Amino acid sequence: MSVGSTSSAVSVRGVSKTFRTGTTALAGIDLEVEPGEFVSLIGPSGCGKSTLLRIVGDLVGPSSGQVFVNGKPAHRARLDHDYGIVFQDSVLYDWRTVAKNVSLPLEMLGWSRAQRKARVEEMLDLVELRGFESSRPWQLSGGMQQRVSIARALSFDPSLLLMDEPFGALDEMTRERLNLELLRIWEKAGSTVIFVTHSIPEAVFLSTRVVVMSARPGRVAEIVTVDLPRPRGVATREDARFFELVTAVREALAAGHAPSQTLATGEVF
Amino acid sequence: MRGMRERRGVSGPLRRVATFLAVPVTLILLWEGYKWLWETAGWTWPFPVNDTTMPHLYSIVEAFWQPTTTGGPPLIHPLLHAAWFTAKEAIAGFVLGGIVGFVLAVLLAHFRLLERGLLPFVVGSQTVPILAIAPMVVVGLGSKGVQGWQSVAILAAWLTFFPVAINTLRGLKSPDPRAIELMESYAASQWSVLWRLRVPASLPFIFTALRISATASVIGAIIGETPASIQDGLGGAIVNFNQYYSLEPTFLWATNVVCAALGLVFVALVVVAERVVVRRAPEHFA
Repeated sequence: MSVGSTSSAVSVRGVSKTFRTGTTALAGIDLEVEPGEFVSLIGPSGCGKSTLLRIVGDLVGPSSGQVFVNGKPAHRARLDHDYGIVFQDSVLYDWRTVAKNVSLPLEMLGWSRAQRKARVEEMLDLVELRGFESSRPWQLSGGMQQRVSIARALSFDPSLLLMDEPFGALDEMTRERLNLELLRIWEKAGSTVIFVTHSIPEAVFLSTRVVVMSARPGRVAEIVTVDLPRPRGVATREDARFFELVTAVREALAAGHAPSQTLATGEVF
Repeated sequence: MRGMRERRGVSGPLRRVATFLAVPVTLILLWEGYKWLWETAGWTWPFPVNDTTMPHLYSIVEAFWQPTTTGGPPLIHPLLHAAWFTAKEAIAGFVLGGIVGFVLAVLLAHFRLLERGLLPFVVGSQTVPILAIAPMVVVGLGSKGVQGWQSVAILAAWLTFFPVAINTLRGLKSPDPRAIELMESYAASQWSVLWRLRVPASLPFIFTALRISATASVIGAIIGETPASIQDGLGGAIVNFNQYYSLEPTFLWATNVVCAALGLVFVALVVVAERVVVRRAPEHFA
């Protein structure tokens, strides 16, 4: 984590992405994320927010532009194990127990058996799944599976956590509970988080900043800074400021959704 | 699942035994019933039924205890010897074919060009009748000092490797793209992806193939013996008892029973191994 103070955790500079099919997913994205920030990417379907996350993680290359993670090119950062990733599906290996799933990245980093065991216990404590070490993933509920997936992503202490709609497949109640839990984990782990979501309240509740993206080709339409006090809890969702910020994000989304309409109105005047 | 088993209680094992016995009992009734009806009515369609075309089942069982030559040992002795001989060929063929099939699948999965170029010939290899290549393999390898049973094992492997290769290839490609991305996010090597993700994911596919291969290896060994003129195995016994069929039909039927039993034992061993090795969610079990 000892990165030069001037250096951002994530620095996206002029990134565009055009797929081989000719679709332009992203056009000229600039984004700086400070260490320890929780930044949400929100936007209509097909605005390229997942693609942007994959570019930051060096799982997909940009067509143009550059991405730096901890001051290093994204490719280097991936080889250095700088980030953990959580997908919408938990992507647990069903032939492994819960404990073995959490220790998968540790195995590949060459940790000893004793080190792995200690860390797995620590991580399962963190996500409140002690006692499920030898369970199989398919014996757990969707919410529990996603918690295992978060434990796995954080097990090797990455400085950056990339989350691609991690709670999108869960019911509303589980989702709100996991939001609270994620905040607690984030405050404890101290890592930087980039979080893709479809849910406006979720983005506002969790983030330090919400990056609102416009529809295809994806651009940064607006960045809403969330100044809600921390620690946030159940009461935060009933705060008047919370509703104001939700409204602000919703309006930014609506504006970004129909850029041609605004232009047409402008021409009339 | 456990709940269901508990609810069934004591009747569970009994019902299992009953289900297991239902099929053989039905077959026995059909066989003997057909024989009795046709013989008493004197019907000859589709073929005349008598003790030569359809011996009584009990006389087939009795045949195991009859000597094949006057003063010789009962049939069961040479048959068990032959079964063991053929089993050796089949096991060697099964193992060899399994390894070749697996390695081939790994290569095909990693090199697209190889898959496109080689796969049609892999498929083509199975359209060549084993009877046609058997003499070449046995004679050709025999001139290099390879023993007959080893050549037959290679013929068994010829039938075995194909299902393993095709199913393993499918299994290696079965992981979800996200699971691959997860490994990439750890900067995992191809080797690591292979052993930590692709191979475990393909185990259910491999075992499905191994069940097919288990019977195929027995068939391959039996058929391989015939053109190779190997007398010591079940293939040799079949050829031998074929010649005396009109005199002693029960000997050939008894041999067939042993062949089927050998195949069943092979499949059972694979199923047991699968239960031990494969640890997957319930939907991955047939």
